[in-house]
This record gives sequence, structure tokens and C-alpha cells, in this order.
Amino acid sequence: MPGLEDLYREIILDHYRSPRNRGELESPPAQRVEGFNPLCGDEIVVTLDVHDGLVSDIKIAGTGCSISQSSASLMSAAVKGKPVDEVRGLIHTFKEMMSIHESTLPSAVEKGTGGSAVADVEPLEPEAIDIEALGELAALQGVVKFPVRIKCATLSWNTLAQGLDEAEASTEASA
Amino acid sequence: MAPVSSDVRGRGAEPGSADLSLLRKDFPLLAHEVGGRPIVYLDSAASAQRPVQVLDAMREYDETTHANVHRGVYAIAEEATRRFEAARTKVGRFIGASVPDREIVFTKNATEALNLVAHAWARTNLQPGDAIVLTEMEHHANIVPWHMLAVERGITIRWIPIDDDGKLVLDDLDRLVDGAKLVGITCMSNVLGTLTPIRTVADAAHAAGAVVVADGAQSVPHLPTDVAALGVDFLAFSSHKMLGPTGIGVLWGREKLLAAMPPFLGGGEMILDVRKDGFTPNDIPWRFEAGTPPITEAIGLGAAVDYLEAVGMDAVRAHELSLTRYAMDTLNRRFGDDIRIFGPADPAGRGGVLSFAYREVHPHDISQVLDQYGVCVRAGHHCAKPLMRCLGVKATARASFGLYNDESDVDALAEALDQVGAFFG
Repeated sequence: MPGLEDLYREIILDHYRSPRNRGELESPPAQRVEGFNPLCGDEIVVTLDVHDGLVSDIKIAGTGCSISQSSASLMSAAVKGKPVDEVRGLIHTFKEMMSIHESTLPSAVEKGTGGSAVADVEPLEPEAIDIEALGELAALQGVVKFPVRIKCATLSWNTLAQGLDEAEASTEASA
Repeated sequence: MAPVSSDVRGRGAEPGSADLSLLRKDFPLLAHEVGGRPIVYLDSAASAQRPVQVLDAMREYDETTHANVHRGVYAIAEEATRRFEAARTKVGRFIGASVPDREIVFTKNATEALNLVAHAWARTNLQPGDAIVLTEMEHHANIVPWHMLAVERGITIRWIPIDDDGKLVLDDLDRLVDGAKLVGITCMSNVLGTLTPIRTVADAAHAAGAVVVADGAQSVPHLPTDVAALGVDFLAFSSHKMLGPTGIGVLWGREKLLAAMPPFLGGGEMILDVRKDGFTPNDIPWRFEAGTPPITEAIGLGAAVDYLEAVGMDAVRAHELSLTRYAMDTLNRRFGDDIRIFGPADPAGRGGVLSFAYREVHPHDISQVLDQYGVCVRAGHHCAKPLMRCLGVKATARASFGLYNDESDVDALAEALDQVGAFFG
């Protein structure tokens, strides 16, 4: 059985206690998207400004557990000011990290706990995911050992992806 | 069937004196360990564990008697049919049905039982503009079927509110039920544990000419139940919350109402005759049981009823009330303002369900830490989102008791909650 310290890394608790980029941007002009986790009732509100191919600003509101809140906080810090393409790449990489089998994680020394993650995408070879590129976000990789919590960690990312899609669609519509 | 273990039969006849702890050894799962610690199962409101007597009865049936029911003209098929119908009668007697072999409909679960009423009774009897009444503490199973019907039929839904103590506010009851065609009410909240004044509401509803649909999913497993005393017209409940298997639930309905209702699902078993130009529905209760029913599960449910009756529902209630009182005292004394237990402050007004908030820690995080100590509680909205909104929370942690729990389980919960405090500060 994986221990709590695998899940609740210090950096996660820090972002939970002191969330970054908290609040809502004025919408419009900001894109506003709500995400729900029907399992636990958590909800998240992502507001973002997309200008000239950049996520120029982002804010997070809503309520949730330490995993969903810290993941959203870490996400906001990681994507703010970044080009949209890069953000999309980060979303992809993060979701890959959340969908690989725990035993393929570079840091997973112990094997045989038997839990397999709920996967959106095919499991990848460990070297296919650049955990280093995720920076602080790598702290969330322990979540994979707790399959029911994966949706907590991915809630904000799915919501952000939807926000980018909607921002793109509205830009095209007005162009 | 093996007798109920120990010598507890009837010992709980005096309220508060019940000691059912010896029954624990009847439940194989409770002997298991999680992460090297004995399991502390406090989630019986979600699903109860099964005693070996239930598991054995199902296995014995499968190994010696199984065949499809109401079809074969050979010995085991006839015996399977006899046992299946005997389980029906047994369940009917357990809740005081006056015509047990005709008033008990087997469904998939309590949810399907409530949907059956929404389909077969309400679609026949409700017109656009009609009103129905629900309470704010209903489970989604007694809300969503009515929302679906509201969209389809243009009916309106009125709500009986709750107060700060988690009880129904009945000041406006007569006005709320006036002109209503149906009242849907839970006997016991799956979140707050609140025992509702079902008879009062049923009498007011009947005076207004409304039919009463009661959700007994939480109450039937834990309290003596007599449908005549409740005064309701339909009662839905699930096997898996009352020591039986999953896959089978029950709808009890008054014979007259059931007899006047059209079928629910179509298929085999529910017909008397099928022609190219139509069909003739079967008599009740089979009219509502299309297709091969959950036969092994009915045998298991019957064994669960036998088990509960051997212990005695008064003893079950006395034991769980005493445990609830102990839990509320222990948690409030130990954690003071750090814990908020939702629902009635008086244990006598509630079943063995304790939803709580602990400091500012999210219920998912509470549950995750408790799991490290083998303590199984539910975290989430408990399929009661309207109630969560009334309480002003997104989710709660919920500990719920079964007859196999004892004070050591409450102590383990309190110890583990200390660890939650230590971890999240």
C-alpha cells in the first residue's frame, strides 16, 4: 500500500495552503470555463486571457480537495505567460503522466501493488514522458498510485483544455 | 442455513442493552486486513457486508437447484420457482405487507423501484400542470426520475424544506401538498441520518388526495418496518444495504395501486399472451418483472431477511442507536469545534449515519488519510446535491454503522481523525 507521503508531497500541500493565481478574471473579455467532478462534487472555474498566441493571464476559482486545488494552482503557475502551443503540449504531457501504469514510473521502486491507473490514453514507455519537463508538476506523479484521485488532479487540466478550445473557436468566429 | 452465530437471538429486546458484537464473526470480509490493519468498515449506508449465511444460501441454491423460474416443468425448475416466490413472500412479511405474494416487486435496486413508480404509476396518472412534492433531503434516486418526468410531462415539483437541525419543516405542509398528486419522501436521510415524520406527511398527503412514495433504502435495513404503520402507498428499498447481495431491490406497493398500473419494461415473464396485434400483460407482481429475474439474488435477500429477523430489528435499532450516541459523544468531546456533525443533535432522531466536516479539510483528503488506517468512510455528495447546497457544502465525509460495528470502530475512527489533523495541520 503506497504511503500518504507519495500522494501529499510538500509542494502539493504548499500550493493547497497558498494557492497561486486565485480568483476570476473579468469575463468577458476573459474566457470562463467551469469543470465538475461528479464523483465528489468538486468544481473549478478557470478564467484565462489568450492574446497573440499566449495565455497572458489565468485565474482559478472553485472548491476542491488538496489534490485538485494544488494541481490547479501548479497548473496556473506553469502556463501563465506561455504560448498556447506550449500549454497544449504541457496538458498532453501531464495527462500522459496521469495515465501511465504506476510500475512504469521512473520513481516507482516498489512494484506489485497491483493497482492500474484509469487510462485515457495507451500506457507509454517511461522514457516517452519527459517528467523533467514538467518541473514542479512532477510532484503530482504520486497521484497515479491512488487511481481514484487521478480525476482530482486532471480536473483543472481538462477544464483548461476546454477553455483553450473555446478561446480559439471564439477567435475564429470573430475573425 | 447456518443459524445466526452466537447466542444473541432476542437479547436486544431491551432497548439499549443489545450486544451484537458476537455477530461480527459471521461476516468474512470484516476479518480481512487492509494494508496490514484490520478493516474498520464504516460505510454500510453505501453497501452493507454480507454474513456467511447469505453467501452460503446463494451458493447452495446455485449448486443444487438453479434453473430459470416460471418456465420449466422439471423438478429443479419447480423448486427454483418455489424458492424464488418464497423469498418474495418472506420479504413482504418482513415489512408487514398485507398481501406479500402480490405486493412485492423485485427490481434491480431501490433506484429502479422508484423509476418504476415514475414510469408506470405517474405516466398514467399525472397530467401537464400537475404538482408533486419532494423533500430537500432526497437521494438523487427520488429526484431525478421526477425531474425527467417534469421535462416530459410538464409537471411541477414543490419542495419540503429542512431546518438547521436537518429536520423537515412541516409548518407549510398542508399548503405544499394541497392539490399535489404525489409526495416522494425518504424515511431516513442517507446523509443526515434524519428519521422523517413519515406518518404525518403521509396523512397530510392522503388528505390532499396524493399518493405517497417512500424511499426506504436507508430505513428498512436498520429499523423495524411496517408499511401499514408508515401509511405510505409505495416503499422502495435495496437488498445490498440490508446484508443481501447487489443486483436486487424491492418495490412494495398497495395491491390496488399495482393492479391498476400498466407494465414497466416489456419482455418475457410480464405477459399472459402475445399476438401479432398486441399483448396481454401478466398479473401483479410479475407484470413488472420483464425478463429473467435475479433469482440467486432473491434467494440471498431471503436469507438476509432470515438473518435480520433472527437478530431482531428492535435489537438492530437499539444497538445502532447506542453506537450512534457513543460516536456523537466521542467525536464531539474529542474534537470540539474542529468537527461539525450534520443532522439532528439528538441521536434518537436519526439512524446510524454521521456526516461530518473536520476543520477545513476536504472530505476526499479526510477519507484518504483514514484509509491509511483501514477506516472506510464515504466522501462526497452522497447523491444528494440539492441537500449539499442547503447545507452550504460541496461534500461531506460520512461514517455509517451496521449491526456488526461496535465502539472499537468508533475509537478507530477518532484515532485516525487525529492523524488527519496532524497531517493537514
